[in-house]
Amino acid sequence: MPHDLLIPTVPTSRRTQHEETSMNQHSMTIRGKERYKSGVMEYKKMGYWEPDYVPKDTDIIALFRVTPQDGVDPIEAAAAVAGESSTATWTVVWTDRLTAAEKYRAKCYRVDPVPNSPGQYFAYIAYDLDLFENGSIANLSASIIGNVFGFKPLKALRLEDMRLPVAYVKTFQGPATGIVVERERMDKFGRPLLGATVKPKLGLSGRNYGRVVYEALKGGLDFTKDDENINSQPFMHWRERFLYCMEAVNKAQAASGEIKGTYLNVTAGTMEDMYERAEFAKELGSVIIMIDLVIGYTAIQSMAKWARRNDMILHLHRAGHSTYTRQRSHGVSFRVIAKWMRLAGVDHIHAGTVVGKLEGDPATTRGYYDICREDYNPVRLEHGVFFDQNWASLNRMMPVASGGIHAGQMHQLLDHLGEDVILQFGGGTIGHPMGIQAGATANRVALEAMILARNEGRDYLREGPEILAKAAETCTPLKSALEVWKNVTFNYESTDMPDYVPTPSVAM
Amino acid sequence: MRVTQGCFSFLPDLTDEQITRQVQYCLEKGWAVNIEFTDDPHPRNSFWEMWGLPMFDLRDAAGVMMELAQCRKVYGNSYIRMSAFDNSHGWESVRLSFIVNRPKDEPGFRLERHEMAGRNIRYTTKSYAVDRPEGGRYG
Repeated sequence: MPHDLLIPTVPTSRRTQHEETSMNQHSMTIRGKERYKSGVMEYKKMGYWEPDYVPKDTDIIALFRVTPQDGVDPIEAAAAVAGESSTATWTVVWTDRLTAAEKYRAKCYRVDPVPNSPGQYFAYIAYDLDLFENGSIANLSASIIGNVFGFKPLKALRLEDMRLPVAYVKTFQGPATGIVVERERMDKFGRPLLGATVKPKLGLSGRNYGRVVYEALKGGLDFTKDDENINSQPFMHWRERFLYCMEAVNKAQAASGEIKGTYLNVTAGTMEDMYERAEFAKELGSVIIMIDLVIGYTAIQSMAKWARRNDMILHLHRAGHSTYTRQRSHGVSFRVIAKWMRLAGVDHIHAGTVVGKLEGDPATTRGYYDICREDYNPVRLEHGVFFDQNWASLNRMMPVASGGIHAGQMHQLLDHLGEDVILQFGGGTIGHPMGIQAGATANRVALEAMILARNEGRDYLREGPEILAKAAETCTPLKSALEVWKNVTFNYESTDMPDYVPTPSVAM
Repeated sequence: MRVTQGCFSFLPDLTDEQITRQVQYCLEKGWAVNIEFTDDPHPRNSFWEMWGLPMFDLRDAAGVMMELAQCRKVYGNSYIRMSAFDNSHGWESVRLSFIVNRPKDEPGFRLERHEMAGRNIRYTTKSYAVDRPEGGRYG
């Protein structure tokens, strides 16, 4: 569908259009001596609302969804967000005059009502590059989200998107390995990679756990994965897991002649413990390790640097993200987390399945995938992408689709997610009626059949079920997988979706 | 055993017609297709022998299929694969690779375990075939 024209989901009324233009009219900044008279002054008069400001190429820009308390002027609320996320405090301070204060003030330069969401406003705020430390997500996030989210005049606040200037992007390492080198190391080209999370996620001994890894890899998967909460518990300490998993990986490699891997989760209570586990994984010859998002941004950056130094692929499980990404009016959008993680330097990130059991509207998910994989993201309001973003040749990050997916959805998965993705079928492998190897084989055959059909130019999305049925004629495990899971879908309303939808442009 | 490297090894061996369609897909993407062969299919053997150079300026899959037929005449009992190279910025690597020919008998690999300190084991994957010299490994 051509979509040159982007309009809000329901046509904007004339009043709103009027509001939108009038909202952005004047600067109210008080200048000179008056600006620094002791006392309390509105943020919009202190220089945090500058509708004439044109952001510089080197500025960091943040887009917030602001929900002011009843009776609070949206411009003042937006200016307060700019103020509290940069230089301001609640009252005028004379010490501002010792600095180049105007440069350091974040400037809200545009406020738009959110389409179809009364009481919500999009505030665009520009920050000078000198406000941030090179190569530090901790510093970037402490500034942008550190102080403003509990601000009383706001009912709710959400960081929707950020434009990161090339000048700042280049101060980060970026993904330790990247999609291209990961594929070269794994010797796997032209198709999504296949994985599975070992289940049950808690309680297996090291020996039993390794059994699942071996069966799944031998059956045809490329990777198996520890779950986010598999660290070092009484039922299985980490060294046991690592030793048995590497026996499984090596046996499966010899049985198939293919490179295999298992994400050894090195998440632990201290950096020292994580480094110790990562070193052991390396000593055992693992190609990949894993960390959880909950270890924190600085720990993630440290592990990314370790991974680059040690030729290790670094998988990130986004454990905990839904506590702040899921609700539309408050928190931080996952697209911002994805951008931060690409800067921070992880190689894999869970980014949604669209069709599986976890939250994910197709258009929004598409936006996340583009952020992971493209070198340049143009504005795509219909995918929730609000800014042009140049990644300046930072490595591409491999998105991971995991949670409630099965072989029977292969055509939809390929259509939604493309080929540079890891498809993780946990239950969809281990829950196979004929066993784990059969489950893995079913997924691999379904995938290869779909790629073959796509490359041949077939309309694989429409003919998907037929293509799978045909492949199942020579593959009993696939036949049985299609039978068991044929009616499994997860159709629930998404809680987070784009505010803009494409409409066909008028024919010229 | 069956070496399952490459994109389509879990499917029945591709017919020449199927191979042609995959090659045509690569050419239409602007990728250069290379024919490579080996009798050492170790998973870490990145550099299979090249049957000539990647075919950079080709537009029709028929040309690649003629070369494949020639290659099969000489190395019909080896592994042969198609690799397609994308030279666009940010990729500059292989974008599709699949096996198009196999030896009649695939003996596979053995896993050698060297026991180290603690419970650590150093693993080595060895192809049964490479015990014989290059060129004479698959009869």
